[in-house]
Amino acid sequence: MAAHVVATVDEIPPGQRKIVEVDGRSIGVFNVAGRYYALRNTCPHAGARLCEGTLSGLVTSRSPGEYTYERDGEILRCPWHGWEFDVTTGRSWFDPDRTRVRSYETTVEPDPPPGPRPGPYVAERYEVEVRRRYVVVHV
Amino acid sequence: MVVELLGAGEARVYARPADWPDVALVDTDVHITPRSIDALAGFLPARWRDYVRESGVQSLESDLYPPRSPLSAMPGTRPEDGPPGSDLDLLRAQLLDPWRTRIAVTHCVYGVDGIHNPDWAVAMARAVNDWQHAEWLAVEPRLRGSVVVAAQDPARAADEIDRVGPLPEFVQVLMPVRARAPLGSRTFWPIYEAAQRHGLALAVYAGGAAGNPVTPVGAPSYYLEEYVGLAQAFQAQVVSLVCEGVPVRFPRLPIVLVESGFTWLPALMWRLDKNWKGLRREVPWVDRLPSEVIRASVRLTAQPIDAPDPARLGDVLDRLGSDRMLMFATDYPHHQFDDPALAAPADLPPDAMARFLGGTAHETYRLGEG
Repeated sequence: MAAHVVATVDEIPPGQRKIVEVDGRSIGVFNVAGRYYALRNTCPHAGARLCEGTLSGLVTSRSPGEYTYERDGEILRCPWHGWEFDVTTGRSWFDPDRTRVRSYETTVEPDPPPGPRPGPYVAERYEVEVRRRYVVVHV
Repeated sequence: MVVELLGAGEARVYARPADWPDVALVDTDVHITPRSIDALAGFLPARWRDYVRESGVQSLESDLYPPRSPLSAMPGTRPEDGPPGSDLDLLRAQLLDPWRTRIAVTHCVYGVDGIHNPDWAVAMARAVNDWQHAEWLAVEPRLRGSVVVAAQDPARAADEIDRVGPLPEFVQVLMPVRARAPLGSRTFWPIYEAAQRHGLALAVYAGGAAGNPVTPVGAPSYYLEEYVGLAQAFQAQVVSLVCEGVPVRFPRLPIVLVESGFTWLPALMWRLDKNWKGLRREVPWVDRLPSEVIRASVRLTAQPIDAPDPARLGDVLDRLGSDRMLMFATDYPHHQFDDPALAAPADLPPDAMARFLGGTAHETYRLGEG
């Protein structure tokens, strides 16, 4: 599993998302109440850019006419057909075992992990101190 | 007793086919009707008996089955002094005996839902219930009846269900597919509440005179359109009942579609399931695939079978995805009935065949021993 720095934490405040490109894959990185989640930006249904869909809560009911609204901001709805996915797991609401989108582990690191191996051409270098924390997706 | 009802040139015998298993047969669609409106007079309060007589009301029978239409009644089912389905002895001789029917579930609607005077409608519903109980259900132990209600007034309809529901001879409450409004509407829930309270099923029958055209796009010109269009009305009612959450709110209320046909149901379930996935937030009480709700709650009387041949009928049954939904029916005395030999799907496994001929109906109507 390779670690990829995709953002600084202040780039994705709570309730927001960032679509990033990792190894040729489009991935949506979400901040849900301070925790970060990463999902493949492809709906398993018809291939839409799932992570651009609406974020909202889960609507359930115990009886006709009664509504429960919970987990606000944790349900991602595909922009094409409205299928609902749990941002925290990638599982769809209606068929959680079989209809799911790939999710990736995320961590928040104080420093960027080791960068690319040095190539043959080395430029003149200067020391740079970084004072932010980084969101890292493990693909 | 061998009864040949189908007339010259049709040498089909109207009786239980010899190769059927020896299970307790339940016929889930049998029509009975008063000999004339006078037969109900003794069951009406004086005020309404008087109203009927002084107004010169001849009949409330709707024209859903035009008397001379070839679909309306099998030749030979019309007694000398009344319409087909009005003579108990004839019913015994032509249906119950030759089919060796254990239980026949009867329907008599008699146009009550088309009466616009709500007080008269309530009185007529009571009269039809008392008449059918006194002259049919209490007399012939093989018969079970359907409660007629004036759905125009759901609260009083529920009162009527409370009045006759405890009688064990009644097994379901009738609502017309051509209703005043989609049947899932909460307006009707007092009726469903009462039906469930008394262990009755909700039967949606192929008829209704509430005033809405049979299709959602207006009244058609021809009887052929009218008859075929009933399937559209049934589809609308299934969608309404499921989306409004009737099976969720009344989990012990079986929904029986009477004479709806069923070949359209698999495609409807596909369409409902597909679009529920994206739209279900609007109806969050539908918390399973609509097809699962339908398979669990909806039962259908098997006549008419619209499939053109046994192979394609097999395809439809396969797509229905359940062998616990269809219930044997003759639709006596109506003539939509297919050949008796085709009244049951061919090649059903023995347990599925037993359910089709009686088991599912025993369960649905809580008929006790099978």
